[in-house]
Amino acid sequence: MSARKFGLFLLARRSLRQHALSTVVTSLSLALACGLVMAVLAISAQSRAAFALESTPFDAVLGARGSQVQLVLNSVFHLETSPGNLPWARYLEIAARPGVRAALPYAVGDSWRGFRIVGTDERMFDPRLLGPKTPRVASGRVFDPTLREIVVGSFVAQRTGVRVGDEIHPSHGVGEHGAEHDEDYVVVGVLAATNTPLDRCLWIPIEGMFRMQGHVLRGDGAEFHAEPDQAIPDENKEVSAVLLAFESPQVGLELDRAINKDGRDATLAWPIARVVAELFDKLGWMNRVLGLVAYLTMLVGAASILASLYDAMHQRRREFAILRALGARRGQLFATIVLEATSIATLGALGGVAVYLGILATAREIVRAQTGVVLELSYFHPALLAVPLASIALGAVCGVIPAWKAYRVEVAEHLAPAS
Amino acid sequence: MSTANVLVLRGVRKGFASPDGGRVEVVDVEALELAAGEQAALRGSSGTGKTTLLHMIAGLVRPDAGSIWVAGHDIARLSEVERDAWRARHIGYVFQSFHLLQAFTALENVALASMFAGRAQVERARELLERVGLGARLEYLPRKLSIGQQQRVAVARALVNRPSLVLADEPTGNLDRSNADAALALIREACRESGAALLVVSHDERIVERFERVLDLGHLARPSAGGVGA
Repeated sequence: MSARKFGLFLLARRSLRQHALSTVVTSLSLALACGLVMAVLAISAQSRAAFALESTPFDAVLGARGSQVQLVLNSVFHLETSPGNLPWARYLEIAARPGVRAALPYAVGDSWRGFRIVGTDERMFDPRLLGPKTPRVASGRVFDPTLREIVVGSFVAQRTGVRVGDEIHPSHGVGEHGAEHDEDYVVVGVLAATNTPLDRCLWIPIEGMFRMQGHVLRGDGAEFHAEPDQAIPDENKEVSAVLLAFESPQVGLELDRAINKDGRDATLAWPIARVVAELFDKLGWMNRVLGLVAYLTMLVGAASILASLYDAMHQRRREFAILRALGARRGQLFATIVLEATSIATLGALGGVAVYLGILATAREIVRAQTGVVLELSYFHPALLAVPLASIALGAVCGVIPAWKAYRVEVAEHLAPAS
Repeated sequence: MSTANVLVLRGVRKGFASPDGGRVEVVDVEALELAAGEQAALRGSSGTGKTTLLHMIAGLVRPDAGSIWVAGHDIARLSEVERDAWRARHIGYVFQSFHLLQAFTALENVALASMFAGRAQVERARELLERVGLGARLEYLPRKLSIGQQQRVAVARALVNRPSLVLADEPTGNLDRSNADAALALIREACRESGAALLVVSHDERIVERFERVLDLGHLARPSAGGVGA
């Protein structure tokens, strides 16, 4: 680096240090703005991808006639309430359709310590059926469909400390304070983390859900209470949903036409990614408002660079005059001020990355706790590069006006008193 | 023009617009010369254009007319950027109120001047400060230094680029009598050691009379005065 350039850096560095409070406050305001913009853009994009593409090993959900969004929220994300039940025969019928690779019955409505319990069958844990996204048992084993055994999702185990061998009393309903059922379930397995909503669930044999004390089955319309040791006829069984995996998208197209367009008694949410994307689209206005606020904050942050430097120019006229007298060129003073602005903006941009990571870490915990979906800290979005660079460029531009003021300082006016 | 002269002025004039729309001539110097290594005082009462003349010699202000030769260059014909570079290399400037940069240490104040000349001379800056007795104060900020110490930093800064000409504008104006004497002695000694010519502007007769050669600005405009010497 040449001596002149070194001089410029020394000048800029010392000036920033001399005006440390202003430098820190301005950098912080820009850091917050930068972090907010990055968070709005990157977290929403990552959430959309994580929710739409990675949250389930299934392609579609079949449920009672109603909202596809509600069906997906309830069956895939284990949020909201179930839109209703389907007769067992409907499950058997779709499971037998050519092209349906997997059809798993889901029965919901109970919970334990606020975590939802799903009644299904042991194929849920068979990787030959559902492929690489199949939940894997990390310790213990899969439940025996004829026994009162339960498999626990990784997040549930982590939060509650429940382990293999513990006993669990399911509660009625999906709230935290539902009445406990009489049945005891023994934990026989804990699932490995899938970073999906599956981690927030507990899994029991669907037969157990049918037989849970107080449960009423209305598969054929009439009420049926399963007595101990009494076989449950298929016509009385019912399911909350059927989770489906297809051999090809063509199967989804055909079923979509047959069930959603021509049928009247059920709803097929297919593909799940589309339904989730539609949900995000409906909430898109919120994202845009947040984005607008973040961009405005960034403008205010950049303007604060301009204001702090511009205000300091009046006090620094004599300093500039001295520097000119020592041989500094006007252009060098201009460059020094732009360098100061750029340095403040760079500090702000670096701080912005820290703010973004802070927001992401917080959002990650909230989203994981609420849905089981895990946002990656290492996720890359172009905004993570573009926003800091843009804020540095914006800072440099904001330095131009005060720099021009420094450029125009007349040495003779600000040095020694006239003789 | 003698090549031994480090400073030669011919027909230099400078005026400024007055508030009533007219023009006020501030400087009118027919001729002025200063030999290499020579030391001289320039006196004049307030408002006679002493500082403006120094600014023109330093290339900070361009004259309306005339030529100013310093170290062989007519700086009146140089562009502003060329004058800046030339000033950094050839002129040392000592200001009335020292004008040290408050955010920089004593060493940095001196070294920074060399950076604008295109060569960072930190070692020379250190040597100069040691020579003026500030070897133990290199990292001190100006506000931690006494008035006399600040003046010594200013002198070291003026000499760091080995200038051929040092201009001192009322260099003792802010000092008490004993500090003023010491400061003047320091400037003269330092210039003598480095071989730089020295032109000191002062309205203080006690200072002016220390110089063998005294230029009276009021007489420089008159051709009959010869423009040189008292």
